[in-house]
Amino acid sequence: MFKNFKHEKIETNAGLLLVLTMLAVSIGGLVEIAPLFFLKDTTENVDGVRPYTPLESRGRDIYIREGCYTCHSQMIRPFRDEQLRYGHYSLAAESKYDHPFQWGSKRTGPDLARVGGKYSNEWHVQHLIKPKSMVPESVMPNYQWLQENKLDVSDIGGRLRALRMTGVPYSANDEEYQRNVKQFGEAVAKTLHIPDALESLVAQAQSGNFDGDRSSVSEMDAVVAYLQVLGTMVDFSKIKPEDLVKFR
Amino acid sequence: MADNNPGQAQPKGVQTTGHVWDGDLQELNNPLPVWWTYTFYATMVFALVYWIVYPSWPIGKGFLPGMNAITYVNADGVEESWHWNTRAKLLKESQEAVIAQKPYYDKVASLPYDQISKDPELSSFVVSAGKAVFSDNCAACHQAGGQGKVGFFPNLTDDDWLYGGSYEKINETLTKGRRGYMPPFAEALDQTQIDALANYVYSLSGGNADQAKVAKGKNLFHSDTAACFYCHGDDAKGRQDIGSANLTDKVWLWADVPGLADDSAKINAIKTVIAGGLNKGVMPAWEGRLNAEQIKLLTVYVHELGGGK
Repeated sequence: MFKNFKHEKIETNAGLLLVLTMLAVSIGGLVEIAPLFFLKDTTENVDGVRPYTPLESRGRDIYIREGCYTCHSQMIRPFRDEQLRYGHYSLAAESKYDHPFQWGSKRTGPDLARVGGKYSNEWHVQHLIKPKSMVPESVMPNYQWLQENKLDVSDIGGRLRALRMTGVPYSANDEEYQRNVKQFGEAVAKTLHIPDALESLVAQAQSGNFDGDRSSVSEMDAVVAYLQVLGTMVDFSKIKPEDLVKFR
Repeated sequence: MADNNPGQAQPKGVQTTGHVWDGDLQELNNPLPVWWTYTFYATMVFALVYWIVYPSWPIGKGFLPGMNAITYVNADGVEESWHWNTRAKLLKESQEAVIAQKPYYDKVASLPYDQISKDPELSSFVVSAGKAVFSDNCAACHQAGGQGKVGFFPNLTDDDWLYGGSYEKINETLTKGRRGYMPPFAEALDQTQIDALANYVYSLSGGNADQAKVAKGKNLFHSDTAACFYCHGDDAKGRQDIGSANLTDKVWLWADVPGLADDSAKINAIKTVIAGGLNKGVMPAWEGRLNAEQIKLLTVYVHELGGGK
């Protein structure tokens, strides 16, 4: 069969070339991507990961709107230098409710996967308004309008419903709410209930007072609330390092 | 085209694709260079070897783990061995670094603070290792040299301490964090009262204030109306147990008194703080992020920045 085969036959037949090219390319996809859906250990089973509260979720929207991801990744790789600077390497489970995820390999600024709790709220506020005032060598632009802009909360329910369609367990009815109570506990489940989203958002902004101004909910409130929760959900002191190795 | 290159030789012995354009324009069909072909075969052989040595093909619900292994002795002295993967490699490298630094960290953990800074070898370890930890974690707020930022974060290089500058207090601040608070007086006091208080506070550190207002402010300071002395003390020197500021020295954190040009601007800055209060000055707790030895290392590092007591 191969004796009579000439590569010329493929090259001179556009239809055959198309079919064979697609076949060759799809092997790569089948081998590299498809197994991840069947490997049980792709996403580690760790405690603590929960969907973002309505306020944090809006903060994430603004993070994406302002293009923060073009300079900041949220993926600490399992290397010693990264562990020393940023903290424990990121787990797949930690971004399982991220749509889209904020991984990346382009770091003009530092990785933000575990920035939550590292700095105070007022540092974040001042740093977002004028980064150079906190870090003189910084090349990050100013985002002063975050403090001036009131947060648009008119469509919060719709935004959460959209995330719910992608599989994030925000609850739209009582049955789903009860399921969340079982999985996340009552305090968290309340923040995930779509009918109460606006109430929960305002309450968190008021009690957290992220931007130092309780009179209104600004975009700064949302962004800082989001930054302060990044990477804080999993308690690594309760996980043996070796237990994570077996997932790889 | 051919007219422009009259001297060009016609290709001989090379296959063409058979197409002819403009009468004489042909497309050659040269075979791939030999070096390219063999490099291509070599990459295939490399892939085969790689598949055998490193984790590769998915099979059913698992994958080929590869023949390469990572072996190290863990913190409990037990030998661990894993198929090659980056997480195990990280564990091994971290463990090796821990062992290499162990003699120093053991000494840091076991020796009392003042002996660490007296031991020349240990103190040079503190300066280099402490600087790395400080740069990663502290410098964003307290700045690279620990000089702080007026209006935001305290200077760590002077001898003025809100919560105490002893080794033990610095360690406590690092471990548990701090939260500064001063209530706003805009509603409790009227403008003339706040003005008088600001003049008095300014005069405490030798500022050139209005003497009549100073006298009125001094009374207010020690009265139950304003009750400043509750927190700042009768002598206005502050109380380190609650982090209230010493108002009698020339070190200012919240009102930029040294940076402003004239007396009235300086007094205005003080008035702003009295009227608005302070609900900032948050120092994060580091106990979950850094381990006890790192915090002790930082304690000595910060103490040695210049102001330790």
